Amino acid sequence: MMTTRRPPHLDVDRLIDDRRTRIIVCCGAGGVGKTTAAAAIGLRAAERGRHVVVLTVDPARRLAQSMGLTSLDNTPRLVPGVRPAPRDATEGNGADSAGSLHAMMLDMKRTFDEIVEQHADPDRAAQILANPFYQSLSSSFAGTQEYMAMEKLGQLRRADEWDLIVVDTPPSRSALDFLDAPQRLSRFLDGRLLRLLTAPAKVGGRAYLRVLNAGFGVVTGVLTKILGTQVLRDVQTFVTALDTMFGGFRERAEYTYQLLRAPGTAFLVVAAPENDALREASYFVERLDTERMPLAGLILNRVQLLPAARLSAARSLAAAEVLQSAGPNGAPASEAGSDDTPEGAARVLALAALRLHADRMELAAVQQRAAEHFTAAHPLVPVAEIPAQPEDVHDLDGLRLIGEAFAVSTDS
Amino acid sequence: MAARDTDWDGVRLHVVTGKGGTGKTTVAGALALALAADGRNVLLMEVEGRQGIAQLFDVPPLPYAERRIGVGLGTQAHEGGDVFALVADPESALTEYLEMFYNLRHAGSALARLGVMDFATTIAPGLRDVLLTGKAAEAVRRKAPGGRPVYDAVVMDAPPTGRIARFLNVSSEVSDLARVGPIRGHADTVQRVISSPQTVVHFVTVLEEMPVQETIDGIAELHTLGGLRAGGIIVNMTRPLALPSDQVQAAAAGNLDEGLLALGLKSAGLNHSPDLTAALAAEVRDQARTVAAQSLQEDRLDAAGLPRYRLPWISGGIGLAGLYRLAAALREQKAA
Repeated sequence: MMTTRRPPHLDVDRLIDDRRTRIIVCCGAGGVGKTTAAAAIGLRAAERGRHVVVLTVDPARRLAQSMGLTSLDNTPRLVPGVRPAPRDATEGNGADSAGSLHAMMLDMKRTFDEIVEQHADPDRAAQILANPFYQSLSSSFAGTQEYMAMEKLGQLRRADEWDLIVVDTPPSRSALDFLDAPQRLSRFLDGRLLRLLTAPAKVGGRAYLRVLNAGFGVVTGVLTKILGTQVLRDVQTFVTALDTMFGGFRERAEYTYQLLRAPGTAFLVVAAPENDALREASYFVERLDTERMPLAGLILNRVQLLPAARLSAARSLAAAEVLQSAGPNGAPASEAGSDDTPEGAARVLALAALRLHADRMELAAVQQRAAEHFTAAHPLVPVAEIPAQPEDVHDLDGLRLIGEAFAVSTDS
Repeated sequence: MAARDTDWDGVRLHVVTGKGGTGKTTVAGALALALAADGRNVLLMEVEGRQGIAQLFDVPPLPYAERRIGVGLGTQAHEGGDVFALVADPESALTEYLEMFYNLRHAGSALARLGVMDFATTIAPGLRDVLLTGKAAEAVRRKAPGGRPVYDAVVMDAPPTGRIARFLNVSSEVSDLARVGPIRGHADTVQRVISSPQTVVHFVTVLEEMPVQETIDGIAELHTLGGLRAGGIIVNMTRPLALPSDQVQAAAAGNLDEGLLALGLKSAGLNHSPDLTAALAAEVRDQARTVAAQSLQEDRLDAAGLPRYRLPWISGGIGLAGLYRLAAALREQKAA
């Protein structure tokens, strides 16, 4: 059998038990179970004694319900039912008493509104909040959600009421949007183009533009044609009203960006063991490295477990074929209705089991290849696995079960 | 040739949406292959710049141009038609649009350098969407010199379920933009195509709670907009357990008859081993729980009252062969 390089084991428990860990950022492509992983990590940390707040951007009602809350909103809510984890005799690191778990869901419009209200006098704030351009920017700009998630993270960190913040990043098209979007928004808001475009409102003349360059007249002309004068007027009013806040925007984005680089922050890249998700994970790992942001490791979610792994797919299928052709009087065993004898029922059951097993073995092989590709490219990135769950998570027990996967070392 | 009855006769624009991770792009690809059976020509369009189509068909990254990427599903009567692919991005669509309406051929690239594209599509997200849906509408309406449509069908790998209604709600998106002029006219044309019976929105889901909830919400949201038609629900990656349902329920409840399984394994010629029996029983129990949970989700989907199609889970990764299998499954179920 071919031996393959095994990645180092990602010790999630050590990460969450380490009091110096103050922020855990769960990132990865959409649809890989990031939110559930973040909640499970938060719960496990709380039950091991940390005071945790989980910030999610996923409006999944089920997740809220699994934490005993009817819904999540922009304010951290206490999750009931957190209990001390059983003390781990070998490590002596377990908690004597549970910490606490709060959960909240990002409301990006609300968060944006709060920033405006904080930074502008009431009149001006009201003017900004009512601006149609502001409304579209705060609710639908690609990047606002990421920006506001970062803003919220900064707020939670400054509040210092929790000793661990677990953030679940927005379901971006690409995992990298999470890092780029905040800067994109702040660049946009105090960008040169926006300033030039709005300059006429302040200096009151086209002459100013003409001085800048001849091409710019074309630009505004085209923009006016495409967008219409009303939109541009809204933008101008907005920018003028927001003028005092521009510096603030960049400053805040910068603060959070530094926070992500600071010791005490750990990034966990979550991926399903599939090529697409792991390709995204690869990009992200490389990007974190470039940005000098601290990667703790990769969490492989939904890994196929195989209790009967020693029966190969080929043998399983061969045995299924034997059953298939061994029905009474040569009738295929799969035509169950025709054979009510215990032997017939046994064949049907065994046939289903063997085919299922062969399927799962194939899936596991595909998953393993995908994971090996990742590890070949990033041999030093520690990996932890979460087994595929037969059902959706419905309660704290379900989340706890996922968290328990972290206690199991994968290199046994 | 005699037209074959499908559930979507007369539909020319198939918008395919789904939550991330449900296989939306794969299903869009399979649907394009299925629609291209019987010698029809189909355009498969991607709008999110992920190069998902290129990966799916195993070809190099695709440009903003219509390229032939494959042959439709062959049938007994006919060879498959051609499947073309187009990766549409708002910047290129805007440049093309400026060329078309303002003859600003060079302005386009100059504007792109200045970052104006990003700016324009940023301060007006609706513009972005209308440029992309506009490209699809244009492909649907395009005629060959003889007056026949160039494409018999256009399949769009659209944004995910959570954003689909807003994406397609063209007229209200741009209502705040130019109230007159070419972009307005453009938007109105797009809206006419999208809200005509020629266009349907298919929802791809897997039988898990969140994707199903998003599907139900997405369909409801689509209905509130008016004019937009929900198509079918495509349940992807199904892995049925070949057992009578009472046995599935028993197994899910933890009452799997291991003695019976041992007996069956024995007649399959596997040496008797209690360990193996127990391990296989655990796998069956696990899967039975999944199947039981999935059938609850199927019940929830019933309420949507839309045609439902099931696609099998393809073991060993999709690949082109898998894609054609899915296309055949869609065709058998009259989705195409």
